[in-house]
Amino acid sequence: MSADVAGALSYWLRRLGGGVTGAIGQLGYSTRFLLAVLWQTPAAFRRIHLTLREVYFAGVLSLVIILMSGLFVGMVLSLQGYETLKRYGADEQLGILVALALVRELGPVIAGLLFASRAGSAITAEIGLMKTTEQLAAMEMMAVNPIARVVAPRFWGGVISMPLLAALFSAFGIFGGYVVGVRLIGIDAGAYWGQMHAGVDFWPDVTNGIIKSFVFGAAVSLIAVFEGFDAKPTAEGVASATTRTVVISSLAILALDFVMTVFMFRGAR
Amino acid sequence: MNRSTIDLWVGIFVAIGFGAILFLALKVGNLLTLDRSPGYRIEASFENIGGLKLRAAVKAAGVVVGRVERVRLDPKTYDAVVTMRMDSEYQFSKDTIAAINTSGLLGEVYIGLDAGGDPEMLKDGDRITKTQSAVVIEKLISQFLFEKASEGSSKDQGAAQPAPAARAPEGAKAKATEGAKK
Repeated sequence: MSADVAGALSYWLRRLGGGVTGAIGQLGYSTRFLLAVLWQTPAAFRRIHLTLREVYFAGVLSLVIILMSGLFVGMVLSLQGYETLKRYGADEQLGILVALALVRELGPVIAGLLFASRAGSAITAEIGLMKTTEQLAAMEMMAVNPIARVVAPRFWGGVISMPLLAALFSAFGIFGGYVVGVRLIGIDAGAYWGQMHAGVDFWPDVTNGIIKSFVFGAAVSLIAVFEGFDAKPTAEGVASATTRTVVISSLAILALDFVMTVFMFRGAR
Repeated sequence: MNRSTIDLWVGIFVAIGFGAILFLALKVGNLLTLDRSPGYRIEASFENIGGLKLRAAVKAAGVVVGRVERVRLDPKTYDAVVTMRMDSEYQFSKDTIAAINTSGLLGEVYIGLDAGGDPEMLKDGDRITKTQSAVVIEKLISQFLFEKASEGSSKDQGAAQPAPAARAPEGAKAKATEGAKK
């Protein structure tokens, strides 16, 4: 009986210990991976068209989903915000509500989530499949560093694309809010733009949004390339790595968003 | 897809991306509205600034003519000294009165300027001498209640009958609405 309990206890303790050491090992591995990517960045930028290609795949091809989502999010925000603001007779303030919500929070966060599922998963699958088909090993055989040739361009492609996508998301959201608020509901256009103009500051509101989107871009890109590089070289391994990319990136975006918001708006007003 | 097509698309993407950032900065935010002109600074000291915040508006006749740039406490007089940056487009006479106002019951706190008739204008670094502090509602209420209480006790002493005490709340209500109208 007591031997049973001791055995079960040691089993669970061993699992806990294994989990913790595994997690720490993964953290160290991914940090070294990031350092390797940064180290190989100059070599990757010497062939800049590789990075531009990745900006095309991660950024340009994500435009449609980002712009459409931004438009709809802005429209819904405008509609819902109007219903609430109307109760307090503050429906003229709709412009501020839509703009601040998009620029501070929703723009970077939703664009980041969409970017993670649209571009991050593709990056992971691509690199994972390269590893499975031993293309990465072949590159190393030819004395081509796969981190400089494959990983760093994809990482920087994501880092460059993400702030631009988030800014476009916010801009289209504000336009969507304008369409619903001014054209459909009938708020005065001057009040919409004027209140927005008076209530949103470039510093800190817009710049904080840009910093956030930049951090999200770096986080999602790093997770995507790392999961692809770390994937088990089987079909199942690539599939689970792709899933992990989306899950971990989404959680990372939301958690980082909270942490950054705490620091950014703590002393703001 | 060949390289020049990709370059073209990336160029378009980056251009409209920066266009969006510019739109957020200029049209949505107010990057260039007040920071464009350096303007001039004036100071004013208030006994109490209430809920006045940095970057609050300075208005004359409802028009925004400047922003609150700095708020500090004078260590000698214990007054709040507010530094305002004014738009250089607008000049105000030396005897301008600055008051701390609230737009609406729950609205934002701003500084209202009431221009005077002095031919001399305020210059950079000048101080407005005539100021009016923020109205602290709690103080008003406590003052009012204190007055009411002292009135009631003197009445009790004079007439020595409990009946007016029952009517007192009505009187208080009437006075309160009067105060609100003011």
